[in-house]
Amino acid sequence: MRTDDLVEMLATGAGAVAPNAAARRYAAALGLGMLGAALLMGILLGVRRDLGVAVLLPMFWVKLAFVACLAVAGLFVLLRLSRPGLRLAWAPGALAAPVLAMWVLAVFALMRAHPAQRAWLFFGDTWTSCPFLVALLSAPVFAAVLWATRGLAPTRLRLAGAAAGLLSGAVGALVYSLHCPELTAPFLAFWYVLGMLIPTAAGALLGPRVLRW
Amino acid sequence: MQRIQETGRLNAGEERLRNLLIRGLEGDAPAYHGFLQELSAHLRAFLRKRLAGLPDEVEDLVQESLLAVHNQRHTYDAGQPLTAWAHAIAKYKLIDLLRRREKRDLLTDPLDDEIDFLSSSDSEAAEARRDLGKLLDRLPDRQRLPIVHMKLEGLSVAEAARLTGMSESAVKVGVHRGLKALAAIIRGDA
Repeated sequence: MRTDDLVEMLATGAGAVAPNAAARRYAAALGLGMLGAALLMGILLGVRRDLGVAVLLPMFWVKLAFVACLAVAGLFVLLRLSRPGLRLAWAPGALAAPVLAMWVLAVFALMRAHPAQRAWLFFGDTWTSCPFLVALLSAPVFAAVLWATRGLAPTRLRLAGAAAGLLSGAVGALVYSLHCPELTAPFLAFWYVLGMLIPTAAGALLGPRVLRW
Repeated sequence: MQRIQETGRLNAGEERLRNLLIRGLEGDAPAYHGFLQELSAHLRAFLRKRLAGLPDEVEDLVQESLLAVHNQRHTYDAGQPLTAWAHAIAKYKLIDLLRRREKRDLLTDPLDDEIDFLSSSDSEAAEARRDLGKLLDRLPDRQRLPIVHMKLEGLSVAEAARLTGMSESAVKVGVHRGLKALAAIIRGDA
């Protein structure tokens, strides 16, 4: 086929393209993924029984804001990475800011605490399961977000895979935080971040193979 | 002074191409045709410079990039310079080709290029070696027929649906998936 014929063929009946394709794709993927994560949590874990009391604690909202900020920043980074020719600019900073803020909070909490209390602030009661449950709940979001990214055109596949993983990790953590009893900054600063890094690493690993176009 | 004129010329080119694409995305077929036509010349010049050692690959890669631009045209953001978008796609396809070749060269004898020596003349470079028309035959009917009727024969969705007995939405999906499958075959994924 000559190139002119290919051009002719591609242009024939090409029709209009719906605007905001990327945004709508990610909205659908996140909606479905969150639904999946919520169902998974409902079946396996349930919400924490004292949720009514927990919502009165400021730290509960700090925790939600922490993971929500990461999810928003992750989505922003992924949106940029999934279109050719866009620069990341300040986006990685938006991703680092909530983590750094939580680390600062954690250091203050540990410094102010009685030395005997410090181990509990860090390990809480659920450190053995928390990262894995965050990763588990992120799985439906991970699959949906990778699907959405595949339909766009990332040119840096490993990085885009990692961003997709981080976004799903943050959304998974958001859902998990309705079950999780832990509310200390040192716990969140380490175990939550670790849990979100599991799908991030999986995304970086899978990206080059799954996201090729 | 010369540089200012040069930049002005480039900006005018960018502006014209961008307008053509935006009108094309809104459904203006002649504008979209003009966009692809003009872009293919830019792609050829860009790729020829970077594939100096592999002139036979140039036209194949021009076609592959055009197919990618078409399949991925919904990722263009009207607020973004068109040059940056198209350049990123061409560069991605170029790197993908070089990786593919590297993998293939590891499997075959890397020193057998004396056989190719006489076959790689410049006039050949204008022809694509890969025949996309033939690759079409490898697609399943539900993708191939909609492409043949709509994209090659220029029939409308309704006519293509009547001829194939498929629903109109199935015809549209068939064209869309078929062109993506074509890109996958070229990549070696299918």
